Amino acid sequence: MKISVDNVRCKGCGICIGVCPKKVFERSKKRNSYGSPMPEPARAGECIGCRLCEQMCPDAAINVEEEARAPERKQKKQDAEEE
Amino acid sequence: MNRLMERYLKTDALPTLFCPGCGNGIVQNAAIAAVDRLGMRQDIACVSGIGCSSWIPCYFAMDVMHTTHGRALAFATGLKLARPEKEVLVFTGDGDCMAIGGNHLLHACRRNIDMCVIMVNNYIYGMTGGQKSPATPYGLTTKTSPWGSYDEPLQGAELAMDLGATYAARWTTAHPAQLSKSIEAGIKHKGFAFIEVISQCPTQSGKELYGTRDAAKIVQYFKENSWSYKHGVKPPEGKIVVGVLRHDNDKGEFTEKMLEKQKAVQSSRSRKKGGEGQ
Repeated sequence: MKISVDNVRCKGCGICIGVCPKKVFERSKKRNSYGSPMPEPARAGECIGCRLCEQMCPDAAINVEEEARAPERKQKKQDAEEE
Repeated sequence: MNRLMERYLKTDALPTLFCPGCGNGIVQNAAIAAVDRLGMRQDIACVSGIGCSSWIPCYFAMDVMHTTHGRALAFATGLKLARPEKEVLVFTGDGDCMAIGGNHLLHACRRNIDMCVIMVNNYIYGMTGGQKSPATPYGLTTKTSPWGSYDEPLQGAELAMDLGATYAARWTTAHPAQLSKSIEAGIKHKGFAFIEVISQCPTQSGKELYGTRDAAKIVQYFKENSWSYKHGVKPPEGKIVVGVLRHDNDKGEFTEKMLEKQKAVQSSRSRKKGGEGQ
């Protein structure tokens, strides 16, 4: 999963840190455009893709994309075709 | 920025004027997800009144009407009668809907007119500085009740149900997926759908009501203190009853009745005219 937090849209409320069932987010030293500390997907590898952070972000700053899986699937398909 | 929201929001009007951690953004996300699933972007008209929650549809790249204080339902009724093919989605707050617009709520519920009303209930008037609203819980200290509120609060969903709404639901901002599904069902429902959303206002009521200004902690409080509605079971005291409280399709819808009546009157008039001519 590729998680990105928009530093222009984020207001630093910290809801995403609280709601994530896998505690993926952590408050970082990075500042957003308002000057408040931003959340950072510190443990992005543990993300299960429930997209609760996306739905709960009041400013629509978080985007979760399934990136890692797609190339793998393509590769598997290609391998199967070659065989 | 979120890809789905990028398609549905006016990105040049952002950021929203909501405070950090406001529940309105969550309601906005849920409504957009519901509209996207229905695929009815062109057929939906949004109406809102005055208040923080009434700013929610103003960021939608859709048909939106931002009207006067408390009169959102009156404007929405007019819009639905003039354009019955449109699905009307109303965003309103607890003060806007139950205090200033209480009379309009009464009559919209009574008529069972086809629209979906989302009432964002944060228990106070957030925009004007945290005054007491009709939904303020007993004993809560606000700017206009410094010794604690000493009158009984109104329960939005139960009130609408008693007045005759055929779809009534209550969710909190800790239930975004359920809320989104409920909005979808409310738009599809033929009749008056009333969805109450218990929301947080960390700036104005967070300290007094929940003891914290941290939005994440308030959302956690909602999650722990909500109770799923079961028909015929008395809810435990102090819990927020969440769920679909009523969903029935037996009652006739107002615009359908009006169009039927219009047709009947027109045909009887033309028959009369024809009779006179002979």
